[in-house]
Amino acid sequence: MPPRLHITKTPKCYVGGAFIRSESGRVTALHDASGAFFANIPQCTRKDLRNAVEAAAKAGPGWAKRSAFNRGQILYRLAEMMEARAVELTEAVALSGASKAEAARAVAASIERVVHYAGWTDKYEQILGSVNPVASAHFNFTVTEPMGIIGVIAPDDSPLLALISLILPAITSGNCVVALASNTQPYPSILLGEMLATCDLPGGVVNLLTGLRSEMVPTFATHEHLRALSGAVKEADRKTLKLGAAESVKRVHLLKAEEPIDWFADKMQGVEEIRALIEFKTTWHPVGA
Amino acid sequence: MPTAKAPTSLRRLFDEIGTVDQVGIEERVAKYTTRSLKKKSKVFGLRLAVSMVDLTTLEGKDTPGKVASLCQKALRPHDIGDIPSTAAVCVYPSMVRHARKHVGGTQVKIASVATAFPSGQSPLKTRLAEVHAAVNDGADEIDMVINRGAFLSGEYGRMQDEIASVVEACGTATLKVILEVSELETYDNIRAASFLAMRVIRPGDFIKTSTGKTSSNATLGNNQVMLEAIRDHFLATGIPIAMKPAGGIRTAKQALHFLIAVKETLGDEWLNNRRYRFGASALLNDLVRQLEKERTGAYQAPWNFSEATEGY
Repeated sequence: MPPRLHITKTPKCYVGGAFIRSESGRVTALHDASGAFFANIPQCTRKDLRNAVEAAAKAGPGWAKRSAFNRGQILYRLAEMMEARAVELTEAVALSGASKAEAARAVAASIERVVHYAGWTDKYEQILGSVNPVASAHFNFTVTEPMGIIGVIAPDDSPLLALISLILPAITSGNCVVALASNTQPYPSILLGEMLATCDLPGGVVNLLTGLRSEMVPTFATHEHLRALSGAVKEADRKTLKLGAAESVKRVHLLKAEEPIDWFADKMQGVEEIRALIEFKTTWHPVGA
Repeated sequence: MPTAKAPTSLRRLFDEIGTVDQVGIEERVAKYTTRSLKKKSKVFGLRLAVSMVDLTTLEGKDTPGKVASLCQKALRPHDIGDIPSTAAVCVYPSMVRHARKHVGGTQVKIASVATAFPSGQSPLKTRLAEVHAAVNDGADEIDMVINRGAFLSGEYGRMQDEIASVVEACGTATLKVILEVSELETYDNIRAASFLAMRVIRPGDFIKTSTGKTSSNATLGNNQVMLEAIRDHFLATGIPIAMKPAGGIRTAKQALHFLIAVKETLGDEWLNNRRYRFGASALLNDLVRQLEKERTGAYQAPWNFSEATEGY
């Protein structure tokens, strides 16, 4: 038998449930740790970000209306999809020089984090919502609502675990996400997109972009349709994001990328992360005295 | 090409006006979507498009209150920036007098659909009475539907006679003749119907693509067929006919594509709201949203423009 031709893959970004190249047509060459060419990664622009936000806006109301139990089922299925392709994910994380063991540990932690939040979908409301004692003839209660579309900006390190740790608490409560992946190690986000596409998550709930942080951060900051920004970025970007967020009145929930972040830590997951990206609604309901 | 079975009157008509090259039209309009518009021309185009909108509400649930807010929106599409008012509001005949309270005497005209919109399936007498009623209530413009049944069964004389009676009933009001292109099936038929209509209406009257009530509405393709019909009619007779695509134009980007088609087919003479209109309801919000984006530099959220968004 003659030797087979090598079939190379064109990495594409997962936006609106479809796999897209950047509208700009630009790509960045990605090399592995040995310096050999690996693939051309789309270099998305602010227009791709705009399109992703439109896609998220379409998907949002439907996702927020899903029952909490159903959101949990879908997240658990994401874990199933990742588990089945864990070897491939490990290779993607190890692409830029991380050891196989470190990469495997990051992939395992990522999958476990998905299962963690799959469990939270129908439980955070009981913890964060409340019935409030008031001194009048009212039944007064507080419930949570998703904020809307959340902009996520992942750090360069921990290309899978950090990205998924930022996305999960947002979508657990019914938000949609437009995320910018690691600049230096974007390939795991491409694979993650392929798993999101097969896990029953409605298209547009999570949109993953690859591209230059320096080009996209100003648009994340000023885009009025984004309701909150969550991520790990350096000081200059934090300033841009906060200034833009003040102008467009959005919430910022940012970690310092210049300091080491232990993404494996227990405090990087949990109900506090969910709380950071929801709105509270308190209702005064008259009752007969 | 019309088939051999086509009625002789239709074949005679095509001998005069020529037929449509469908592949050519579609290649041509595909090019319009590839033009690169830079900031200054984009802002020009967006503002022009706002001034060409016939802001429309044609629903069974229309109320005087809804028409009132539509009129306010037409007069002042946004509270910030100097965005022009729209060309007209477009309502059902029973709403004309309510619209008049709000836009009467302003530059925003009142357009009313009439002639048993959208089907046109009423006796001619009833349809004409509806036109009279709308004009008497203060409509500046009448949007009529042609008798597609008459056209499709080859009764071109009857179709033209009916349009002529409506022209008469309009008095000084401008007439827009809706061909309802999706029910005419082919580009050839659209061209034929355009010519039949243009021969009986007055200079400055409109031909209009659709009612917005059928499955397919204004597209760049049928817009192009009608623009070319207007061009050929103008070159042959010197009579300028205006054009209004309606239905399905929801985004600012689509509107710019249509304006490029006008610019490249009919030229600057048609780039104003006396010669070109958009029949639309959702389009205005997107135009204003894009103008605000150009003014502020930030992408805008839909809830800033009176759009229902369910919190998203």
